[in-house]
Amino acid sequence: MSTGALPTAGPMMPEPLRVRSLRRETADTFTVSLDVSERPGGFPFQPGQFNMLYAFGVGEVPISISGDPARPGELLHTVRTVGAVTEALRRVGRGGRMGVRGPYGRPWPLEEARGLDVVVVAGGLGLAPLRSAILHLLRHRTEYGRVSLLVGARSPEGLLYRRELARWQEDARLKVLVTVDQAGPEWKGHVGVVPALLRDVELEPSRTVALMCGPEVMMRFTVRELERQGVPDSRIHLSLERNMKCAVGFCGHCQLVPFFVCKDGPVLPYDRLRPFINPREV
Amino acid sequence: MAEVAPPEAERERFVLSVDGLEALLVALRGDGWRLMGPTVRDGAIDHAEIRGVADLPRGMTEVQEAGTYRLARREDGAFFGYAVGPRSWKQLLFVPKLRLFRAHRQEDGFQVEPESTEPPRLALIGARSCDLHAIAVQDRTFLEGPYKDPDYAARRERLFVVAVNCGQAGGTCFCVSMRTGPRATSGFDVALTELLEGGHRFLAEPGSERGAALLARVGAIPAREPDARAADAVVERTAQSMGRAMDTTDIKGLLYRNQEHPRWDNVSERCLGCTNCTLVCPTCFCSSVEDTTDLVGGVAERSRRWDSCFTLDHSYLHGGSVRHSIRSRYRQWLTHKVASWWDQFGTSGCIGCGRCITWCPVGIDITEEVAAIRATDGARPGA
Ligand SMILES: Cc1cc2nc3c(=O)[nH]c(=O)nc-3n(C[C@H](O)[C@H](O)[C@H](O)COP(=O)(O)OP(=O)(O)OC[C@H]3O[C@@H](n4cnc5c(N)ncnc54)[C@H](O)[C@@H]3O)c2cc1C
Ligand code: SF4
Ligand code: SF4
Ligand code: FES
Repeated sequence: MSTGALPTAGPMMPEPLRVRSLRRETADTFTVSLDVSERPGGFPFQPGQFNMLYAFGVGEVPISISGDPARPGELLHTVRTVGAVTEALRRVGRGGRMGVRGPYGRPWPLEEARGLDVVVVAGGLGLAPLRSAILHLLRHRTEYGRVSLLVGARSPEGLLYRRELARWQEDARLKVLVTVDQAGPEWKGHVGVVPALLRDVELEPSRTVALMCGPEVMMRFTVRELERQGVPDSRIHLSLERNMKCAVGFCGHCQLVPFFVCKDGPVLPYDRLRPFINPREV
Repeated sequence: MAEVAPPEAERERFVLSVDGLEALLVALRGDGWRLMGPTVRDGAIDHAEIRGVADLPRGMTEVQEAGTYRLARREDGAFFGYAVGPRSWKQLLFVPKLRLFRAHRQEDGFQVEPESTEPPRLALIGARSCDLHAIAVQDRTFLEGPYKDPDYAARRERLFVVAVNCGQAGGTCFCVSMRTGPRATSGFDVALTELLEGGHRFLAEPGSERGAALLARVGAIPAREPDARAADAVVERTAQSMGRAMDTTDIKGLLYRNQEHPRWDNVSERCLGCTNCTLVCPTCFCSSVEDTTDLVGGVAERSRRWDSCFTLDHSYLHGGSVRHSIRSRYRQWLTHKVASWWDQFGTSGCIGCGRCITWCPVGIDITEEVAAIRATDGARPGA
C-alpha cells in the first residue's frame, strides 16, 4: 500500500525535509512545498494519501498530500492552523525543516473510476486531498466520462486554491460548481450548502463514482442526496478523519469499529462504512 | 521466540522434581537468561525478576472476584497455586513507555537520531495458557501487519517461555469458553504441570528443541503413564471448576447489531472511565506519543506510552472528542475486545484472563455485559 521508502530505523522515524516555499491560501491556511530533490525518485504518492508531519519538539499530525501525483519531485501539503502542531508547522518557515513520514493510507479509487462519470465533492479543507485527484483526472481526462467538481466553503475568502479554481471554472473539460455558506453582495456565485449543488449536476447514477471529503455533516447529507438519486453505495467514497498518532496500525487511535482509518482508509466506500457510522460517537 | 512444537501426540513428557525445577532455573540463568516469574510483591502475586525457586510464591494463592483481589495461604506448598496476577507479560514486550527518537536542533533545521534497542533476554517463568494466547494476539498487531514494530520484535525474539498449566481456576477466569486454556498448547519452550499428590513434582513437556535439550540437561526423566494421567486430571479439574464463561456464538454479529442497545446506558452509569481494564488487559495495544524538549530547545524527544480508549484524548479531533460519552467509550472497548478485533486481526481480542473483571473498581464483568446484551438481543433505547 505504502510506496515511499521508509527510514530503516523503524516505521515511526520522520525524515527532516527542507521547506522550499510557504504560500498563504486563506487567513488560516497555507500550502507548503517540501524539498525532495535529495530523494531518488522524489516523493511518489497516490491521490488521497497522507503524510505525518512533525514539528520539532511540538508534535506530529496527519496531513494530506495535495500535489500532482504525476510530479513526485514536488511535495505539497495544505495546512490549516488550528492548534499547537499546525501552528508550529507554519512557524517553521522557508528554509527550515519539518519531519515527514509516509505516504500512508488507501487512495482515491481512480483506477476503478475509469470509464465512469466522476463527481468530486469538497467541503472546506476537504479540497486539499481532492486536488491531487482532480489533477490526475485532468491529466488522464479522456479515460473518464463527465467530471464535475462541487466545492463549498464558509465564505468566498475561505475558498482554497482560488486562482486554480477560477481556471478550472473556465476549463471545458470540467463542470465546476462553487457555493459558500454566506457572502457579501460582490459574490456572484451560489450561496448555500454543498449537497444542494448536486441538483444542478446531471447524474447518470449507474455510471457515477463520487469522491468526497469535508465536514462529517456535509458528507452525511451529500451521501443522502446521492443515494436518493440512485448512486450505489459502493461507488460513493469518503475520506475520513480520526485522531492519528502512528499512521501504521499500532496506536489504535484512528479506529472506527472494524477499520483503522490510517491503513484501511482514509478513503472508504460507503457500503463498507454504512453499518458502522449511523450510531453516533463511533 | 518459541520454535514450532511437534504435534502434541508425539511430544514426549517428562517428570521433574522440585530440585529439578531449581536446576532448570539455574541452567537458564547460566545461559544468560534473566528470569521473570511470579513473586509476592505489594500484596499480589506479580511478575518480577526472580533468582530461583526460593522467590516463587510457595504456599500462596489469591482470591479473585469482580472488583476484588487478595492474597491467601494454601496448605499444600504449591509454587504455582494461583491463576493470574495484575500485570501480564505485556509490559515486557509492549513496554509502557518507550523513547522513539531524539532530534537535535541544527542551524538549518534538525537531525533525527534513531534509538537502538538491545533488549534483555528474558525467560518467562510460569506463563499461563491465556497469556501465551495474548502474546500471539499482540504479535498480530505489532509483527503481522503492513509494518513491524522494531522494539516489540526485538523483545519478542529474546524470549524463553516456561509455561505452567493452571492447577486451579482463578475467580474471574473464563479461558475454557474462549478456547485459550487452561492447558498451554503452543508458544512455549517447556510446559509444566505441578503435581502435589504422591510427591511434589512436575510433569514437563518440551515445546521446542531447546526446551527438550534443557530438560535433558537438568535430568528430567521420562514420565510414566500414571504421572501423565495425573497431570491431565489436574488440568481437567481446573477446566471443570471454572466459574465463568462467555457465549461467543456469532459474537461479532451480536455486538455489531446492538450498538444502540440500552445496556450501554446501563453500564455507563457504573463505569468510571478509569482505564484500569485496558491497562491490565494483556492484549490492549493502544498508545499515544509525547513530545518534550530540553530547556533551551536544542534537543527534542518523542516517546510512546500506553494509552486507553477510555480517555477523551484518545478520539480527540480539532473541536472535540468523537467518543465524548462514557457510553460510547465503554461500547468501543467491549465491541473492540470481542467483535471488531475479529475483523481487524482474525481473532478475538479477549482471551478470557479475567483481569479486567478483578481490577475494575466497581466490578463490571465483561461476561455479564455480553450476556445481558445477548439476553435482550435487538432491544432499542426506551423499548
Ligand atoms: C487522514 C487525515 C488527513 C488530514 N489532512 C489534512 C490536511 O490536508 N490539512 C489540514 O490542515 N489538516 C488535515 N487533517 C487534520 C489535521 O491532522 C489536524 O487539524 C491536526 O491534527 C490538528 O493538530 P493541532 O495540534 O494543530 O491541533 P489541536 O487541536 O491542538 O490538536 C491536538 C492533537 O489532537 C490530534 N488532532 C486534532 N485534530 C485532529 C484532526 N482533525 N485529525 C487528526 N488528529 C487530530 C492531533 O494528534 C493533534 O496533535 C487531516 C487529518 C487526517 C486524519
Ligand atoms: S478483556 Fe478482560 S478478560 Fe479479556 S483478555 Fe482483556 S483483561 Fe482478560
Ligand atoms: S479496547 Fe480500547 S484500549 Fe484496548 S486495544 Fe481496543 S481501543 Fe485500544
Ligand atoms: S493512526 Fe495509529 S493505528 Fe491508525
